[in-house]
Amino acid sequence: MSVGKNEPRRDGPAKLTGRALYLDDINIPGCWHGVTVRSTVPHGKIKSIAYDPSFPWDECVVVTAKDIPGKNLVTLIEADQPLLADGIVRHREEAIVLIAHPDRATAYEAAKRVKIEYEALPPVFDMEKSDKVFKSYLIERGDLDAGFAAADVVVEGEYRTPSQEQAYIENNAIAAYEEDGVLIVTGSLQCPYYVLKAMKAIFNRGEDKIRVIQTVTGGGFGGKEEYPSMLAGHAALLALKAGRPVKIAYDRHEDMAATTKRHPALVRHRTGLAKDGRLLAQDIEVVMDGGAYATLSGVVLSRGTLHAAGAYECPNVRVRSKVVMTHTPPNGAFRGFGAPQTLFAVELHWERIADALKIDSLTLRQRNIFKLGSTTATGQILVESVGAEECLQKTVKHSKYVSKRKEYDRWNKNKRNKTWKGIGLAVCHHGAGFTGSGEVYLASRAGVALTKDGELIVLAASTEIGQGTNTMFAQVAADALGVPASWFTVETPDTHKVPDSGPTVASRTCMVVGGLVSRATHDLRRAFEAEFGRVPKTAADLKKAAAALCKGAPARRFEVQYEKPPEVTWDDATYRGDAYGVYSYAAIAVDLEIDKLTCEVRLVKVTTAQDIGKAINPLLAEGQIIGGSTQGLGWALLEEPLFKDGVMINNQLTNYVIPTSLDTPSFQVLLVEKPYTRGPFGAKGVGELPMDIPGPAVAAAVKHATGRMIPTLPQTPERISQALK
Amino acid sequence: MIKLTVNGKKISFKGAPFKRLIDALREDLALTGTKEGCGEGECGACTVLLDGEPVNSCLIPVCQADGRKIETVESLGVPEKLSKLQAGFLACGGAQCGICTPGMLMTAHAHVRSKGKCDDKSIRTALSGNLCRCTGYQDIVKSVLKAAKGGKK
Repeated sequence: MSVGKNEPRRDGPAKLTGRALYLDDINIPGCWHGVTVRSTVPHGKIKSIAYDPSFPWDECVVVTAKDIPGKNLVTLIEADQPLLADGIVRHREEAIVLIAHPDRATAYEAAKRVKIEYEALPPVFDMEKSDKVFKSYLIERGDLDAGFAAADVVVEGEYRTPSQEQAYIENNAIAAYEEDGVLIVTGSLQCPYYVLKAMKAIFNRGEDKIRVIQTVTGGGFGGKEEYPSMLAGHAALLALKAGRPVKIAYDRHEDMAATTKRHPALVRHRTGLAKDGRLLAQDIEVVMDGGAYATLSGVVLSRGTLHAAGAYECPNVRVRSKVVMTHTPPNGAFRGFGAPQTLFAVELHWERIADALKIDSLTLRQRNIFKLGSTTATGQILVESVGAEECLQKTVKHSKYVSKRKEYDRWNKNKRNKTWKGIGLAVCHHGAGFTGSGEVYLASRAGVALTKDGELIVLAASTEIGQGTNTMFAQVAADALGVPASWFTVETPDTHKVPDSGPTVASRTCMVVGGLVSRATHDLRRAFEAEFGRVPKTAADLKKAAAALCKGAPARRFEVQYEKPPEVTWDDATYRGDAYGVYSYAAIAVDLEIDKLTCEVRLVKVTTAQDIGKAINPLLAEGQIIGGSTQGLGWALLEEPLFKDGVMINNQLTNYVIPTSLDTPSFQVLLVEKPYTRGPFGAKGVGELPMDIPGPAVAAAVKHATGRMIPTLPQTPERISQALK
Repeated sequence: MIKLTVNGKKISFKGAPFKRLIDALREDLALTGTKEGCGEGECGACTVLLDGEPVNSCLIPVCQADGRKIETVESLGVPEKLSKLQAGFLACGGAQCGICTPGMLMTAHAHVRSKGKCDDKSIRTALSGNLCRCTGYQDIVKSVLKAAKGGKK
């Protein structure tokens, strides 16, 4: 058995020796460098584009919207975002002109020689003042008025969360070229088939004339989910016009200013409770800032809405949500995908409720938390794999939460101490896979191939972006077949080689696509048994079996497609039913200390228990949990994109601060494994869950330490000092 | 003419003296193991050793390295035979997406080689100029500790 073991990661040796080739490392002969001329106003009409006559333009290739052979559109959900602005710009840093030159520095110089004049139009930056709604949702359960009427107390709160930059260390980078009539697009990306779909519309080409290939990718976290479709379109336009390969590799400033970020959010809670702490009514309102184009905002809002009531049962719930347009660069996918914003509110709100009821927030959570058989706000009955209580119990025990609350209360009373100490708690659920009927629409495919020489290859479009996809797939396939994991390789995501397994997002790679790989491998296993009499046991045996199964053909493929579990029902029109096939669960305790003089926060320890069904590779799963939690801690304490006139002004790692090794505490990770019958070997999603709740746990700990609730992030020394005034 | 010793090999560099060291390594010497993350000395992905000390190669003009020794990630092990440090990273989950890894390895290599104190705190201090967005650092620290302990045996 390989599942459950810490198989070393497949991509490790190449990455550790500097041999792994990221896009900018690849020597593409004759490749030119592409750059982008971007809007300098947040909203306006383009009056003119002028090219400095003293510059040798004949050395360059220049592309504008006029050069687009097909649709001027980045195909995603809504048909609203142009590939290149044509006539009007709706946000700062919107791409207008593309230039390619053999020399990178000269290409940048050329971009400076383009002068664009605008007729300014009024911008909207405040999401509460926007009248353009991209998408709205309503979830209702029970009778809200009756719930509030029966309540002993009603507690209200308003919570805001800022944007966040993904800050993958490899910036966005894509190259394009044509080879034998096929347009090849290759680079740093999460979702090859999203790029393919966008390319088809831009270039009016069929799938046989476009090929998208992922290169080694230096982090994504959602930031390379939808944006590469635009970048690929840009690189390909330049390459086709130049008749040679062109690559566009952003520098850090451009990447941070121009590409997608987490949606800023405002969440209001009005909660009715019995005096013993039982939830009776939750009325929740969510507003998110989508930026200038819809991109994925509707889906981000959906996940945020579906997680807004938290991991608690409440008989009467209403969630009203909307995502609106502002004249800022579009916000998009980022680990957690709307859930961290709404979970911040619902979790921190327990601290307000605790004050109102004089019952501690741990007891309140225990009283209301999801259990087997609980019903969610959408009417979903949780029929299996519910680890919420166990996560909470383990986190409380191992963090010594209860005794530390008391110990720190005593410490904080002593005026001679130079610090305040606090420990804060949070709990959450996180739906794995696409929302509602999303997986049905995706209809993902994955498979395995057996070559006549006995090679076993996993075929999936799910990308390795550091999370361990390739290692996990090999382990799942190996155990499904009953052979060593070393027998399997994993094909590079290449749209001419692998089927469309859907995007590498939504904590779906292991649970959904891993499940498909497992099913396909079972088909292979049955073929071995039927046509060879058994599953091969040795390498020599495998060669003989391969010859028997392939019957002269170069290879045999076993592909399967997603099938909706019959027990899952969902209604998109009413937003009722099984919002997700299953949920993962987490609890976290953050233990911290605040300097009374400087208000600096020092993280002492983080304890977290996470129910992910089954850890296919515990080391990699823990890596996801510690890394995701660290991103959550960064959002909680350090990270804040600052906008002025619609553009990020701290668009550099010098003043957009992400956690370093000295900002990061010691983590104790406790894996909880409540198996899910439909997941491969019981596995559920792990990728996003750890990002969800460090924020509210930090805010609760700061409140414990200082006595002040700061209902926003990040909890910087400035904000803490302000709150203490 | 600028004379460099890169990974033990003597090299005459004929390009522009103020070319960034990272560009000279990547473009002129095809040593693409050294990565660029920010271009302003903040992320440490481009860390190489200059006379044994970690530096951000995006901040160093190649003329500043004249007559000096440069070590890059390519000077450590190869996939078939990883160095102790690299093997530690593989065993302990020290690399995920891998883009910060070469810089992280070079800083860690200098720290372990310095024969100074090698505990959690000293490793975290040594690595604090190398940003990693994937791991949360704990497994990187474990990786270095494992390699340092292995070295004493």
